[in-house]
Amino acid sequence: MPALLEAKGLHAAYGETRVLHGIDFVVEEGGVTALLGANGAGKTTTLRAICGMVRTQGDLILGGQAINGMATEDIVRLGVAHVPDGRGTFMELTVEENMKLGAYVRQNRAEVETDFDRMFGYFPRLKERFRQQAGTLSGGEQQMLAITRALLLRPRLLLLDEPSFGLAPLIVKEIFNIMRRIRDEEKVSILLVEQNASIALAFAEDAYLLETGRIVVSGKAADISKDESIRRSYLGY
Amino acid sequence: MEGLIHQIISGIATGGIYASVSLALVMIYQATHHINFAQGEMATFSTYITLTFINLGMPYWAAFFLAVAVSFAIGVTIERVLIRPMTNAPILSAVGVFVGLLLIINSLSGWFFDYTIKQFPSPFPDQALLGGYISGHQLGSTGVTLAVLTAVYLFFRHTSLGLAMRAAALNPVSSRLVGVRVGWMLALGWGLAAAIGSVAGCMVAPVVFLDPNMMAGILLYAFAGALLGGIDSPLGAVLGGFAVGVIENLGGAYIVGTELKLTLALVIIVSVLTVRPSGLMGRTVQSRV
Repeated sequence: MPALLEAKGLHAAYGETRVLHGIDFVVEEGGVTALLGANGAGKTTTLRAICGMVRTQGDLILGGQAINGMATEDIVRLGVAHVPDGRGTFMELTVEENMKLGAYVRQNRAEVETDFDRMFGYFPRLKERFRQQAGTLSGGEQQMLAITRALLLRPRLLLLDEPSFGLAPLIVKEIFNIMRRIRDEEKVSILLVEQNASIALAFAEDAYLLETGRIVVSGKAADISKDESIRRSYLGY
Repeated sequence: MEGLIHQIISGIATGGIYASVSLALVMIYQATHHINFAQGEMATFSTYITLTFINLGMPYWAAFFLAVAVSFAIGVTIERVLIRPMTNAPILSAVGVFVGLLLIINSLSGWFFDYTIKQFPSPFPDQALLGGYISGHQLGSTGVTLAVLTAVYLFFRHTSLGLAMRAAALNPVSSRLVGVRVGWMLALGWGLAAAIGSVAGCMVAPVVFLDPNMMAGILLYAFAGALLGGIDSPLGAVLGGFAVGVIENLGGAYIVGTELKLTLALVIIVSVLTVRPSGLMGRTVQSRV
């Protein structure tokens, strides 16, 4: 399978603080790639680097096109949707307005309307809350809204930053079950960042393990989850 | 009794002007968290532009709309050139820029159009209406103000661009992630605020006459209105503007007299900031420590 996104020697820094020290990874077309690691390893920064939200060096190639140095808005318009750290919900706006913003760059209104209905198929709760202010939603519902907002871009690449964060285990399970349907039905490649390694490795095909800004392990998710020494020393389960 | 009704009606008419300027202030505040002290001077400058077009022989409404368009362009340019580099500047630098902008535009008005007080035409008939309670200009300018406020409301509520502008003000990071060009949204906000100011200037100039300091007092009333309604609530600012107009007129007629009217604006500002800093309709921001 061809790579949708390829990073080569990717460095990233916040001002003077360097966070990524030259990492290489690929996200396969149509696949799910997981990026694992402890707090502060640089997972969130990697996603921000892809979206042009931090200063980077090195190569980022999306579908054959170099995207490093481009403005966030332009990268998004190439079909990269990002569910950021903290979900990025527009709390003061309604669910409807959040969803409309997700589809902001799309021209075909009729298509967006049918996409709204398809999203309600995945997350019926959002239909009930459609006119409600997004800030009043529960954590799980906000995560659903964040994923919906990202999918409404009709992205080629979906970046998910810790969808399990702060949610009850049952809700996490529900969301990942729906994510499986989404992966199969939406033709979108996913780069998933997670601290919850077991759930991420069960969902992904490929995985990379980050430690303080360097990739220390990479391979098939199934192999990594079977490798006891990696599991013990890096993943802690 | 008749006098009271008359005072209230003319209070609503001037309140409409304050409401427009309040709305312009709130729009800039929501996007940048700064008060644009130069909002009044920008409106005065726009009014001079309108007068220039009229003196060139253009019909009133053509001059009016052309000046609105020119003001919009000036607003966008100011944001791009002066305000954008200040995005991450400390608050005092930003305040310095706004005060500087006020002085620059004020001096430019005086330099281009001189400091003499000028008459400004009203497009509305000069006659008393509704049994003498309201003048043609008061009724007309209130109508224009309400039309502008309604148009702005519909734009922000029901268009995709309006939604993007609100989103950019509320959450710039997330807005970029859905593809909104945040920088341009802020510039558009400045353009829109300048255009609203242009309308307000043209509506008030026939009453107070045109000179480079025309909007100084009005900006103070508008600021009082914005604070009264809540500096982060557009609807609150509009209602606050109208309320200040009525309070000013009634206070001037029955309590403090016309000479001390402007003091009322300061009283409102100080009272709101001490008693209810978020205003009547504003949000109280609570943050965890």
